[in-house]
Amino acid sequence: MSDASFDPAAPLAPSGNLRRRRAFSRIAEYGATAAALAAVGVLGIVIFGVAVHGASAISLDFLLKGSPDGIGPELVGTAEIVAIATLIAAPVGILLALYLTEFGNSRLASWIKLTLDLMNGLPSIIVGLFVFGLIVKATHKQSGFAGSVALAIIMLPVIARGTIEILLLVPSSLREAADALGVSRWRTVLGVILPSALGGILTSTVLAVARAAGETAPLLLLCSVYDPSQVTLNPFEALPNIPTTIFRLSEEASPEGFTQAWGAGLVLLTFIMVASIGARILLARSRSKMAQ
Amino acid sequence: MIDFDSRAFSQAVAATPHRVRIQTGLLSDAGPSGGKLWEGPIEAVFDAQGVSVFYGVKQALSGVSLRIERSRITALIGPSGCGKSTFLRSLNRMNDPVPGFRIEGQILYHGHDLYAGNVDEVEVRRRIGMVFQKPNPFPKSIYDNVAWAPRNLGLKHGLDERVEKALRGAALWDEVKDRLKDSALGLSGGQQQRLCIARAIAIEPDVLLLDEPASALDPIATASIEDLMHSLKGRFTIVIVTHNMQQAARVADRTAFFGLEATAGEPSGTLIECADTETIFNNPADPRTRDYVTGRFG
Repeated sequence: MSDASFDPAAPLAPSGNLRRRRAFSRIAEYGATAAALAAVGVLGIVIFGVAVHGASAISLDFLLKGSPDGIGPELVGTAEIVAIATLIAAPVGILLALYLTEFGNSRLASWIKLTLDLMNGLPSIIVGLFVFGLIVKATHKQSGFAGSVALAIIMLPVIARGTIEILLLVPSSLREAADALGVSRWRTVLGVILPSALGGILTSTVLAVARAAGETAPLLLLCSVYDPSQVTLNPFEALPNIPTTIFRLSEEASPEGFTQAWGAGLVLLTFIMVASIGARILLARSRSKMAQ
Repeated sequence: MIDFDSRAFSQAVAATPHRVRIQTGLLSDAGPSGGKLWEGPIEAVFDAQGVSVFYGVKQALSGVSLRIERSRITALIGPSGCGKSTFLRSLNRMNDPVPGFRIEGQILYHGHDLYAGNVDEVEVRRRIGMVFQKPNPFPKSIYDNVAWAPRNLGLKHGLDERVEKALRGAALWDEVKDRLKDSALGLSGGQQQRLCIARAIAIEPDVLLLDEPASALDPIATASIEDLMHSLKGRFTIVIVTHNMQQAARVADRTAFFGLEATAGEPSGTLIECADTETIFNNPADPRTRDYVTGRFG
């Protein structure tokens, strides 16, 4: 290599290895763009496919009536299972996050964070098996509650990690200000920290709900033998639910069943997308509020 | 300018330690420019004895012994990194959560050891309030910022009056009385800082610690904070850390000069000299103080 000498008076066209560096930079840029487009494209194809196949099934009757005309009981059942799961997972997840950011020591915190990440990667069928052994085997019957417990295990790390991230965004100067007023830490958490972080906590909870609403594997084990013709409310019975219905209908190998499966899929997808997008808007709003 | 015989003044001070303090009004614009006399011994709110502070292995402060007197303004001045903020934050145990924080020596607050085993740091901070360098209002309404701590401390009776009194005390009432329900984050920097002072005095603490309260503010907001300190004097014992020597000269009755000193190789902060503000600025005992206040160093 010669010294990096150049003629300052030369025209400002690329010199030296700039042409090569430019080419590399362009390849990297195109590659990244293509990957991004592929990801969005796959999502687009899935949404488009579900919409095209499922749209013809959607009607008021489909949403309100029971089997064989519609998926009304499944909608109610899924809502109930996910609601109970949220009632279990949200308080535990939020308290866990509060413990880690506001009270716990940092060594323990990093261990618990690692545990949460591992939990997040747990295959949902394993969670289903675990709860099967825990509840279904012990009670000798499937139930919506067992499904809720499995979904709560899946939701917990999502809620806890999301809440930790948002709590870390609460400026430490607010904690100092509250400390300097002679107010105890728990009061500070209730009065200052939680209100500041509320938007973000809601967001992570909604994201967890969206994730859990579509989980199928645990429900196949825990809550799949039900009467789809009428609404069931008792959570200690097997509750009709959308994911297992989609599975059952698509196994039926009849054209109507297939259309209904697509329709149920479209309903589920719409719910998940609306929830996710709503959650992200909420998050952006609470972030900008905190940045003020 | 008012003529000032610094030698006679320092002799007077030297002859009567802790007994008679004379304020001439030369450097402080508080009160009439004539002399003001305090009779009898002035009670010490804080009595620090040989205080050394460590963060992990690093020594931040070594061997500080300092009396802070009741109902007066004491300024802590000195170059960056000399431990004045560390000392201030040790006075209400705000350093406790700092990893590796360790303190040696003793800080007596009205005769009680602040770091004794039975001392509750939340109770300490309830009596010794603090205002920080950067205004840090809560993301709540102006009213709730001031009312939050009294509510939590059980001072719910006459809350509206308490909030008004605190906001008046912080010279903010007239600017915000028509928009108490608005977010505090919409106030200007200077207003936010006065709101933080209002928040601190709303629980009527005994002492107010101010950690460079005006350094993030423009000169006009700084002037209003300084005016405010004059009006708070007497109601509270005030300790203020400032980088700005003129500010110390304008507001403080007593000034403590901190400097860096190499002890066992590593430089750490220490107290060089503490005296009446006039003495520190006109007739300091230590040449390092003189160099600093005359601008030859720092």
